Amino acid sequence: MSLTLVKQRTDQQTASPRRVDGVAKIRGTALYVDDLPCADVLHGATVRTTAAGGTLQEVVFDPAIDWSEFVVVTARDIPGMNAVKLLENDQVVLVDRAFRHAGEAVVLLAHADPEKLGMALKGVSLVELPNTAPIFDIDAALAAQQEIIPGNIYTDYLLDRGDVAEGEHLADVVIEERFLTPSQEQLYIEPQGMLAHLQKDGSILVEGSMQCPYYVLDALVQCMGMDKDHLRVVQSTTGGAFGGKEDYPSVIACHAALLALKAGGRSVKLVYERGEDLRVTPKRHPSRTLISLGANKAGELQFIDMDFAIDGGAYRTLSPVVLSRGVIHAPGPYKCPHIRVRGRAVATNHPPFGAFRGFGAPQSIFAMEVAMDRLARKLAMDPAELRRINLLRTGDVNPTGDVVGADCFAHATLDVALEHTHYYQRLAEYRAWNAAGHQTRKGIGLATFAHGAGFTGNGELHLASRVSLQALANGHVEILCSNTEMGQGAATTLVQIAADALGLPMDRVHLAQADTSRVPNSGPTVASRTCMVVGELIQKAAGQLLQRLRETAELAAPHDAQSFAAACARLCAVAGDTLVTAQYQPPTDMRWDEQAFLGRAYASYAWAAYIAEVEVDVLTLETRVLDFTAVQEIGDAVHPVIVQGQIEGGVAQGIGYALYEDVLWNERGVMANDRLTNYIIPTSADLGFMHVVLLEGGLGAGPKGAKGVGELPMDGPAPAIVNAIQQALDIDICQIPVKPEMLLELTMSRGN
Amino acid sequence: MSTTMRINGKAFQSSSAPNARLLDVLRNECDLKGTKEGCGEGECGACAVLVNGRLVNSCLVPLGQMERAEITTVEGLPEDSALAQAFVQCGATQCGICTPGMMLAATALLAEYANPTLEEIRWGLSGNLCRCTGYGRIYAAIAQVAGGFADV
Amino acid sequence: MSDWIRPRHLPEALEILATAPGPYRVISGGTDLMVECHLAPERRPESWLDISGLRELQGLQITEEGIRIGAATSLEAIRRHAEVVAHWPMLAASAAVTGAPPIQNRATLGGNVCNASPAADNAPTLLAYGARLEIVHHHGSRWLPYGDFHLGYRKTALQPGELLSALWIPYPPKHSRGYFRKVGTRAAQAIAKVSIAALIEVNSDGIIQSAHFGMASVAATPCALPSVSQYLLGRALCDIADMQVRQKVKQDIAPIQDIRSTTAYRLEIASRLVLEAIHKRSESKKEN
Repeated sequence: MSLTLVKQRTDQQTASPRRVDGVAKIRGTALYVDDLPCADVLHGATVRTTAAGGTLQEVVFDPAIDWSEFVVVTARDIPGMNAVKLLENDQVVLVDRAFRHAGEAVVLLAHADPEKLGMALKGVSLVELPNTAPIFDIDAALAAQQEIIPGNIYTDYLLDRGDVAEGEHLADVVIEERFLTPSQEQLYIEPQGMLAHLQKDGSILVEGSMQCPYYVLDALVQCMGMDKDHLRVVQSTTGGAFGGKEDYPSVIACHAALLALKAGGRSVKLVYERGEDLRVTPKRHPSRTLISLGANKAGELQFIDMDFAIDGGAYRTLSPVVLSRGVIHAPGPYKCPHIRVRGRAVATNHPPFGAFRGFGAPQSIFAMEVAMDRLARKLAMDPAELRRINLLRTGDVNPTGDVVGADCFAHATLDVALEHTHYYQRLAEYRAWNAAGHQTRKGIGLATFAHGAGFTGNGELHLASRVSLQALANGHVEILCSNTEMGQGAATTLVQIAADALGLPMDRVHLAQADTSRVPNSGPTVASRTCMVVGELIQKAAGQLLQRLRETAELAAPHDAQSFAAACARLCAVAGDTLVTAQYQPPTDMRWDEQAFLGRAYASYAWAAYIAEVEVDVLTLETRVLDFTAVQEIGDAVHPVIVQGQIEGGVAQGIGYALYEDVLWNERGVMANDRLTNYIIPTSADLGFMHVVLLEGGLGAGPKGAKGVGELPMDGPAPAIVNAIQQALDIDICQIPVKPEMLLELTMSRGN
Repeated sequence: MSTTMRINGKAFQSSSAPNARLLDVLRNECDLKGTKEGCGEGECGACAVLVNGRLVNSCLVPLGQMERAEITTVEGLPEDSALAQAFVQCGATQCGICTPGMMLAATALLAEYANPTLEEIRWGLSGNLCRCTGYGRIYAAIAQVAGGFADV
Repeated sequence: MSDWIRPRHLPEALEILATAPGPYRVISGGTDLMVECHLAPERRPESWLDISGLRELQGLQITEEGIRIGAATSLEAIRRHAEVVAHWPMLAASAAVTGAPPIQNRATLGGNVCNASPAADNAPTLLAYGARLEIVHHHGSRWLPYGDFHLGYRKTALQPGELLSALWIPYPPKHSRGYFRKVGTRAAQAIAKVSIAALIEVNSDGIIQSAHFGMASVAATPCALPSVSQYLLGRALCDIADMQVRQKVKQDIAPIQDIRSTTAYRLEIASRLVLEAIHKRSESKKEN
């Protein structure tokens, strides 16, 4: 693909309107859950299991404490089903008897005085019969006699295309490797929390920090045994999520609602302190990948064989979905006739792992991209060249057996990235630098990858998302959808898309608060689906609204804001229906076999090539990222500044994943480094400028050809950085984070 | 025992215990909810305010030391300053939870260096964690106010 | 209701400490204590002595022999002080890498010393410069070499009723050069995995006249390296056997494995940094 066919963004700021939530956030007036005005509130707290699974024998309340002052909730108080509504009802809302990990909620307490609450928390002791042989490791779980669930496997997937034995036969060069990735904490700066109120009519309102209001509503329906009409979920301003507020808010919401039900009409606030948030909420799945790649002498991939396993933790939660995405993305954006990826999500006694930006793909892409560099070295070939030989082009068959259409920019992203970084020149400079015996070694590494936007396969069909637009008499339009702003810019982007489609200035369009009593279910805010899928629905609804205004309220074409307002007023005056709703219709060419992992997995893939330049201190083996270049093809940049911020922020998390972030576990399977001073994310002193280059092919499934942006920045940095460090130090790295301690071991064992 | 201070230019008297955190006094007594709690241990900077013009973490400041202090929270910053505009234009805020602290860190930084280098900006913000932006848009916003980086 | 006393002057503070020693917790910048209170509210002290307003404990004064720094002087004031930057650059450097700006604006040098963390950021510098502590009591005062201050893990030589009032640092010898390096978990807001300060004096014949080291995060307390110093004393630079130095480092430190680093890393990097400090020709920072 020639570069000239892809548009490169240069007008970032001018094409970007002001963020709709910007002013409130800058002035500090945006209200997060802990800021919501609430008189006479009770504070909630949670008593948790301490053993890594076992049986709860007894709950002992200290007789020295006057418990009548407290609201106390146990499993017996649950009016509905004692199960957190997710893929499977295997996780209890409150432990009654059996439990699988340390940190499961047993007793909920509430009191007006947080100090008294803190003391009371210590006045509840649990008599536990602990599980004697807890499992904390993926391979140990697969080999263990002890079973948490049958075989300790939640899900076992197989992507099997072609014949790997045949590929092995054809390969001249083969590499084998075993890669490990750790858990990673989302570390949204706003800890999780909910505020619940029992209303006078017996209904319950829950407000809080969340990505998916309808997930929370469904969980409440099941746990509270109430129908939807008596439950209302409202999202408050959400201070970061990154996947971390996809499933767990349902648990906190159920807890807060249970307390509110017994609190005699007083509101109950359940906001986690940082330590509790770190210890109990879901994080990225740790992974273990065995990989074997083979190529012929020309460097053409002959087979990819992977055994990819993730630690799902003690309950199933979202692990099957995370695993599915990990499996589909494992073979990368390469053409290869023989591919086998076995994926397993295993059960351990860790707290359940969950969604985090990238959702299984960063783990398997890490293995694949570092393995590609190994293969290049064995072939004595430049890693960029090896990728150029194998990257998909239009007309090729992709790893899931789908013929690649025109919307393929793998080569374009690589070419731009190489040119932008002066890759070959840098490579030579760094080689010379390293040979000169300086105090540091430098390297340049790359990763090429693609990421599917939206739900996998038929997922969007099952969601059947709906979006409404409400025309108001004053000519303003409200967007009604359940998708949430959590920092990623959805509020601005969706308003922009609607305003654009309606031919109105942005200040005439408003995104309604995500309140389940008002907004239809437009699906969860996950998987980079919001702009592409929901944005497309908004565009459709806008078309419907314009048509109605033209047909029933004499809206002239073309219109301006004034004539639009006049038409809205006319429609309202005749009591016409001012609400339009659009529902998702699946594209006709989407065929996906979710058993065999064959067909078209995603409506669109976004494409990327990331290049990291690093410097390692020879003395201390500390690594610094000198420069980072992210070239990403995203269809259309609806709001270039937001897109740039998404990519830079994701890359920063990726740099953290590569170099610093490591969830350490104590002997009970609880996060040991449960403070911000010990769980290390990069500060501004650790991060310089990044270079973001946006390519816009205009062929995505969203408005104007837009596609999902937000996951890719998490996929690429770790392999690019590891490849750069390997080159700088001439060593093999099989694991992240690449801490100096690990590099010391590797360099010492090489006798250097 | 009470403590008298000036908060955002107005006299305020608190009767909370002297070992109470300034953070709690601001949020609960003064209803200044722009000051956020992210960690409670002085690591994240979401609770940052200016005390006598200096950037501090209000979760680590005991009320007892605030007698006659001049305290500025995000609510006390000029509403439509060049900095505020630059933060919105450049994409320096995403989820917004670190933003009040960042605004105060940026204010302190610009009070000290009218024309900071990228290094000075990076150092000046290093006590304020942001998980959304990767900091690049925040550097850009500060540079826009300062008329560019002194060194880039 | 907790008891919070804010004495008007030092004698008043000392009298309170002397008459009611045990229960009063001394607080200045609060950057360590407030974290402790937050993490373990049940252990929160009932009685506080707030010395942050005492003028006697504030400020830096240059004397003929060196500099006197009030114990309650903020790290921010120290790292900016022109004389400190000119004559004790390692102190300016260690103050500048303690936490981040909002911490340095509150944290004090005396607090960093008295909190007695094995990872205290300014401890290596003070050891290498041969700082002395001015410790005051209602009944009088005493001087203590900083090297004698840390008695064990979080245990100091401060007696009941005593207060650290000032730190006194002599001018470095004329032909000495310093080396400071903190290896932390990240570039700011970091706790040291290993840190070192060294002050080495070499005469015109290349003979080491004196060598003082301070390290943090390599033992239960911040520590000097007496065996290394002794080995180097009187030896020509060209005569130093690196293996010998490594041996001596091993004798002087006792690093542990914890949440931030490994024993092996700390031991090896400590040795490398000591050798770097010895062989490095100038005080100039890392080459680019």
